[in-house]
Amino acid sequence: MPMRHPQLDEKGALRHLLTIEGLPRELIHHILDTAASFVGVSDREVKKVPLLRGKSVFNLFFENSTRTRTTFEIAAKRLSADVINLNINTSSTSKGESLLDTIDNLMAMHADMFVVRHAQSGAPYLIAQHIERRRGSAPHVNVINAGDGRHAHPTQGLLDMYTIRHFKGDFTQLTVAVVGDILHSRVARSDIHALTTLGVPEGRATGPHALLPGGLEHPGLKVYPGMRACLRGADVMITRRLQTERMRGALLPSAQEYFKHYGLTQEKLALAAPDCIVMHPGPMNRGIEIESAVADGPQSVILDQVTFGIAVRMAVMSLLGQSQA
Amino acid sequence: MNTNPDAEALYARLLRAVRDGIAGRDVSLIGIHSGGLWIAERLHRDLGLSRPLGSLSSAFHRDDYGRRGLPSEMKGTDLPFKVEGADIVLVDDILFTGRTVRAAMNELFDYGRPARIELAVLVDRGGRELPIEARYCGAVQPLAAPRNFAFSRDQQGRFSLRIE
Repeated sequence: MPMRHPQLDEKGALRHLLTIEGLPRELIHHILDTAASFVGVSDREVKKVPLLRGKSVFNLFFENSTRTRTTFEIAAKRLSADVINLNINTSSTSKGESLLDTIDNLMAMHADMFVVRHAQSGAPYLIAQHIERRRGSAPHVNVINAGDGRHAHPTQGLLDMYTIRHFKGDFTQLTVAVVGDILHSRVARSDIHALTTLGVPEGRATGPHALLPGGLEHPGLKVYPGMRACLRGADVMITRRLQTERMRGALLPSAQEYFKHYGLTQEKLALAAPDCIVMHPGPMNRGIEIESAVADGPQSVILDQVTFGIAVRMAVMSLLGQSQA
Repeated sequence: MNTNPDAEALYARLLRAVRDGIAGRDVSLIGIHSGGLWIAERLHRDLGLSRPLGSLSSAFHRDDYGRRGLPSEMKGTDLPFKVEGADIVLVDDILFTGRTVRAAMNELFDYGRPARIELAVLVDRGGRELPIEARYCGAVQPLAAPRNFAFSRDQQGRFSLRIE
């Protein structure tokens, strides 16, 4: 019997969100459709809807990230949930408590949802499995992966897809180029799985040799040795942040060298389709991954990504919240 | 014995009632997705209203989210006018427990404080669980659960009601 991924229930509905890999195309579109109905909530006089009223969302950040934590916090608060932020690297684990003991304690405090960021790939999966094992004896808690090691960052991948769908409509005619540090990027992995599932016919990747993982051809990506060839005719350009904090050893000669070859400039962008959109997950390093004229230019949708990110996280949380029923 | 009501005749009665009721006022019409919006679209046209038509989703405020979750297809709220101080006629197809209208009013108040809200429905089927009544109504036709009115609109825009 094939093992069921713990993020889906018996009927194929979302129970946890751990990775985009393996999510059916219809479910991804359903999440994006749901997100579309949340975009307008932020423009209202009352920027709040009561779907998660009385629920407690715990942000468990074993690895620091102010920006991602804040977007989850805003999304949960706009759904009327109570939000508890725990920076765990500064608390119990440093006193020797194991991860699953921490989780059991928080479950005993009647948590409804965990948003988990962890430096180790698979940590949110471990937590979700633990919760599923206790099914029946403990109330259900939904787990959202907010980035684990080099593995996945599904909500960022989904908001990238939302942004592409918003500006391009249809995935099945697109050429999408992913440029930069793919080796350390869990977002790149989530993006690549989503693009493949949504039927993008031409996915391309390029970056410094040391920052490109092997096996990119496997999900159908074309790997280009240089940026110009990779960009030619592209409809969507996804710039990856240089994750210097995750790099061990000398993978890059220098930031200047990186900018020269892989930094996105107006001159390089001119090779792409004239209506190519430029995406970046933030925080961006101006003058290293992207020049200011592009980041602030008419093709940049970087700030739209931030706005859509709130709506996508609201959609994921409200779809998960209904699985407690 | 319940026979299927003539939805077109009910609509004609509703139109007359709303026309008389709003005479001399500057009202904003808002339809609740999906059936209520169909009726509101037609009322808006037949009444020749100058203010734009609004559409409203009650999904965010439903009291059965905990049991039924979100609807499979989410439709958004679009109110192309200022709700603050507006004179509003809210339109739905079938009035039953009153819970949809309650949720719709909560949604409306997220956009501002209207001066007045009136309710117009094609059919009042009884069975209220909340203190909500329609100001304008095509017909009162009691129908107990588990039976249901299925409201539909054909390609020519004509309405029909079927008892299921």
